[in-house]
Amino acid sequence: MRRVTLEIAPGECVVLAGRNGSGKTTLLRIAAQLVRPSAGKLSFYSAAAGEPAVERPGYVAHATMVYDELTAEENLLLFARLQQVTAPEARAEALLREVGLFERKDSVVRTFSRGMRQRIAIARALLHTPAVLLLDEPSTGLDPLGVSWLAGALRNLREAGCTIVMSVHGESEVSALATRGVRLDAGGVMADTKTGAKLQSILHFGNN
Amino acid sequence: MKKDLTLGAIAMLLVGASAYCNFYVAPNERTMGLIQRIFYFHAACGWTMFTAFFICFCSNIGYVLRREGRWDALGVSGAEVGLVFNSVVLVTGPIWAHPVWGIWWTWDARLTSTFVLWLLYVAYLLLRTLIEEPERRALLSALFGIFAFLDVPLVYGSIRWWRTQHPQPVIMGGPGSGLDPLMRKVFFFSSLAMHALMILLLVARYGLEKMRGEAEIIHRELEAV
Amino acid sequence: MSLASNTAVLLGKELRTEFRSRELLTTTVVFILMVVVLFSFTFDPTSGESRRFGPGLLWLSFLFAASLMLQPCFLREQNSDTLSSLRLAVSDPFAIFLAKLCANTLFLLLTELLMLPIFAILYNVPILQELHWLILVLFLGSLGVSIAGTALSAISAQARMRELLLPLLLLPLLTPVLVASTQVTVGLMDQSPYVEWKGIGFLAIFDLVFLTALWLFGEYLLEE
Repeated sequence: MRRVTLEIAPGECVVLAGRNGSGKTTLLRIAAQLVRPSAGKLSFYSAAAGEPAVERPGYVAHATMVYDELTAEENLLLFARLQQVTAPEARAEALLREVGLFERKDSVVRTFSRGMRQRIAIARALLHTPAVLLLDEPSTGLDPLGVSWLAGALRNLREAGCTIVMSVHGESEVSALATRGVRLDAGGVMADTKTGAKLQSILHFGNN
Repeated sequence: MKKDLTLGAIAMLLVGASAYCNFYVAPNERTMGLIQRIFYFHAACGWTMFTAFFICFCSNIGYVLRREGRWDALGVSGAEVGLVFNSVVLVTGPIWAHPVWGIWWTWDARLTSTFVLWLLYVAYLLLRTLIEEPERRALLSALFGIFAFLDVPLVYGSIRWWRTQHPQPVIMGGPGSGLDPLMRKVFFFSSLAMHALMILLLVARYGLEKMRGEAEIIHRELEAV
Repeated sequence: MSLASNTAVLLGKELRTEFRSRELLTTTVVFILMVVVLFSFTFDPTSGESRRFGPGLLWLSFLFAASLMLQPCFLREQNSDTLSSLRLAVSDPFAIFLAKLCANTLFLLLTELLMLPIFAILYNVPILQELHWLILVLFLGSLGVSIAGTALSAISAQARMRELLLPLLLLPLLTPVLVASTQVTVGLMDQSPYVEWKGIGFLAIFDLVFLTALWLFGEYLLEE
């Protein structure tokens, strides 16, 4: 990464576009607090309280980040308990229903299709009801039905006030949800709809 | 350049002078004869080895806390230079042992522990070759270096507890173990000379590592373009 | 305290995963068995020699087995990048290490206790005479192996040639454990058994030093 200065307001749905290697994944992982930047700072600010806040964003990536050898329910219970979510059993069940995996709650994740894996990954990310959700190319490998479901789920979250930052590869039903677009190139911000660029051009400019 | 030459000259002078002292100034030891003089090299290298590894240890902690390349450079330099002196100890030990006890290797406490130390720091260097990304390599080898150095007193302590064929340690020994005062002076002078040599090697290796690190950065930037 | 509860939850997960498949335990037990049998071909296991060499061979085979058994510890977290989700979920990253080293100690101890009667029969050594002390030294030794092994497996999982690297890093580091455990075990299996307190002390110190080091530096081991 080179220099990135990005300010994201609550409720925004930001789409990060850029070639492979432009720094999208790194930026998201820094925002998720998985990677420490070698310089610079990441801060969350509470508009309501008017002061810096501690925030743990939800993070969804290419890998499911759940255990293949455990069942869907066991996975969600594990992560709910680790994060000390109140009433973990109820929360896990609610999320399983929300993502439509309740019928398969006793199946091990190893048996899941790509679409189902995406759904359990999102369920895991939402366990602690984060105010910010980060997604790294979430529609990769999904069939059109999966993409529609994803777009619907993200729309619901956006309407509920969740701040969403996701990296995309081109235009889709999912990128259409964006309220803002940012283009990264070679680890720096190239364009931003906030400063007048068009979302269309951000999504398509020099795409490979 | 001038600084390096001065340092090199001082170190060479000291090494030469101490070698002379080891052979001509130090009094004859009563029982072992000429071969005993190797003690001045062997034990001095032992102390120098520990100093170098200690420098490596401090650099490792420095890197973990500060994340600056120079700590990593100093760490690997300390490890390599320490390994050189470590090897000298392991080689001079048998050279001494053979005429005195008739066998090359005796598995005595100190030498065995020094062998384990050698294995630990060889592992440290091997670990470094197996990680490509420079920052990962620096961090992970620093962490292993910390664990390795913490193990050193435990290795020496545990092995000494159960194996001793080495003669009563004269420098760090208990009451009654005495070095003739002149011998003691020669030994300390020898340690000084070895430490000067160590500093010379460290400075050289450190400089080399800094250059290599810069070359690597440039190489990576070119590849990224 | 969330460290304790996180550790308990993760330990439960480690145990549940292993007891479901039992692949780690079975392969480790078979490996130790194989090493013990192979060793028997290298010297004459008469009663006198067995008591002197047996404990050393036993501990050596435990160490070799451990350096293999500890490989998957952090490697399996790389499959679906579950290490990232763990790091995000726990408040103190030390919980991850604590849970894994407790699980590893338990697995090692289980395989050792399983091997003990077999070893006693094959090598004709008495294990019942000071069984409680024997279990103590097995526990302290296995704890030391686990602490060091868990830490180093986090390192080797991020390097190339990791299968060969872990034993290379681990075995020299565990020298004090091997020396101390063997000496205590020799004392316990002697004709007039005695407890080598210095050895027990050494093991306790080793465990304490490395547990503290892991506590201090663990989060850096998990860094990306």
